[in-house]
Amino acid sequence: MAQTRLSATSRVIRWIDFRLPFVGMLQRELYDYPTPRNLSYWWNFGSLSGIMLVVMIVTGVFLAMQYTPHADLAFDSVERIMRDVNWGWMMRYAHMNGASMFFALVYIHLFRGLYYGSYKQPRELLWILGVIILILMIMTAFMGYVLPWGQMSYWAATVITNLFSAIPLIGQNIVTFLWGGFTVGNPTLNRFYALHYLLPFVILAVVFLHLVALHRFGSNNPLGIDKRGPQDTLPFHPYFTIKDLFGLAVFLLIYSFFIFYAPNFLGSSDNYIPANPMRTPNHIVTEWYLLPYYAILRSVPNKLLGVILAFGSIFLMFIVPWLDTSPVRSARFRPVYKWVFWLLVIDVIALGWVGANPPEGLVVTVGQIATLYYFVHFLILFPVIGKLERPRPLPASIAAAVLQGGRATALGAAGAPLAEP
Amino acid sequence: MKKLLLAALALIASAPIPLSAHAEATPSPPHQEWSFNGIFGTYDRAAAQRGFQVYKEVCSACHPVKHLFFRDLAELGYNEDEVKAIASTYQVTNEQPNDQGQMFQRPARPSDPIPGPFPNDQAARLANNGALPPDLSMIVKARDGGPDYVYSILTGYKDAPAGFNLLPGMNYNEYFAGHQIAMPPPLSDNAVTFADGTSATVPQMAHDVVTFLTWAAEPNLEPRHRTGFKVMLFLIVMAGIFYAAKRRIWATAH
Repeated sequence: MAQTRLSATSRVIRWIDFRLPFVGMLQRELYDYPTPRNLSYWWNFGSLSGIMLVVMIVTGVFLAMQYTPHADLAFDSVERIMRDVNWGWMMRYAHMNGASMFFALVYIHLFRGLYYGSYKQPRELLWILGVIILILMIMTAFMGYVLPWGQMSYWAATVITNLFSAIPLIGQNIVTFLWGGFTVGNPTLNRFYALHYLLPFVILAVVFLHLVALHRFGSNNPLGIDKRGPQDTLPFHPYFTIKDLFGLAVFLLIYSFFIFYAPNFLGSSDNYIPANPMRTPNHIVTEWYLLPYYAILRSVPNKLLGVILAFGSIFLMFIVPWLDTSPVRSARFRPVYKWVFWLLVIDVIALGWVGANPPEGLVVTVGQIATLYYFVHFLILFPVIGKLERPRPLPASIAAAVLQGGRATALGAAGAPLAEP
Repeated sequence: MKKLLLAALALIASAPIPLSAHAEATPSPPHQEWSFNGIFGTYDRAAAQRGFQVYKEVCSACHPVKHLFFRDLAELGYNEDEVKAIASTYQVTNEQPNDQGQMFQRPARPSDPIPGPFPNDQAARLANNGALPPDLSMIVKARDGGPDYVYSILTGYKDAPAGFNLLPGMNYNEYFAGHQIAMPPPLSDNAVTFADGTSATVPQMAHDVVTFLTWAAEPNLEPRHRTGFKVMLFLIVMAGIFYAAKRRIWATAH
């Protein structure tokens, strides 16, 4: 392996790096790291998600210092954070809205991957690790939502844990085991708190693996073709650090708007009513980021089948790399898939709308059609389109497409913006 | 084509929810003017103090404000002595027993929570025909529509339309889901006398008490708005600097 060039010349750093090659690793993976020169702003969402994970852990640790995980005290302790703890309201609103932001970022990241075929050979494991992160995030978010012990917390916990009762024969035993009792109660709250503190660190570990897998072959790119040499890439620093920083500032603007000016817009007003096991809310709805799964669950008249399909809709992601039979990665060169992709986006938004509304009349019909389409999309359209579609010719190289195909003529042409086809 | 797709998305997102017979009968509460709305919104102190008076003289007969302490009232513009004076008009049970091992009553101090009208939920139900008057310290955040909804409930009492089956002990309210509300109309003209001479009409009292209750639910709204403005300003400047730097760095690349 080539000796890493160390730009830091301090003898202390060289001494440390000789024994613990950490500085060299940072130099290689964050500084020199060759990155396709044609990445668009859709490639910002991975690093933004990583930053969001850190924000969630930091705000969460501060909240945990003041929160009391007991069924009788949890609701009031959250209110105490909001009212009497210095900057408690900001930590709490940042954490609460941070969950929504985190999911928004990860969903955009995921759809970016679907559009540009980032899951294809040789990045299958990178994709699978990402799906594992998503599943861990859903578990973490669900258990975190239970902690304030409001009405929606309590009833969401009841509805979701009861899904496992659909399992034949042992379902009810599993539910009792999850609850730590015969109803959602204090033992449930305690274990959810413990797991809600644990899982983010598991996510952090999987994110690390996700990065290791990413850096094995580097980022995919909007053209979906492999980089062939130095002319196709730019060093990560300063080109992509500055691009990520600009994206970060824009993202933080949106995030801050929610924290400071619409902190409860994405939440349910019912969760400001303390949990009451004797009174069910009129409409039990999940947070927005789980609505599509909830819609699939409710669209199937059979409970067990509904549970299988709702979970299946996520687990399906694991086999996406093998469902897609097209040799071409980027949808830019796939004339049919390019439009079918947008059908999926519309489908998932429709499922979200269905999940948010009471299941009656038109909502049920739309929900069932959208559920059907979701599975048809991945299980039938993905393999069939890949086989039948005639992809457009791919450019010879990234450099050829970006530097000659665009308005800029040569490397070093000052001031010419990146030509986006 | 992309525009068409976006339009389709917008259509789906904004498609009206098909209303069931149950839901269409409850109108959504009309928007009111509030001092705390908007990016620079603050609480109108005079209105909030009048609202506290309405709460104290009317609402507190049945509703607690569990999350409020007397000390919190200082934020409404009362000085230390006024807060002490307000607190001392209430009797609370001391947290610790006395030297004889007996629990005892004493005048409240600013550090005490504002005591509610009933010792427990059962006593509250007994006194209210089986209905439980909800805690008001969170009511504005705990209802869809927030301040507009609470205002509409307070001013939404009407005679039941002909043929409406109003259950015994219930009252007709235009904005309450199902229109049957256990709470009798709480406000009537001149139910309180405002020290500042404001005329105590029902809409005025409703407006003032909702201002007070919004503050009770969200006491940190003002620092939130102030901090938010600074944060957003900082981020806009940073985004501009980063964008300029990005243009500069990338100028040599393409």
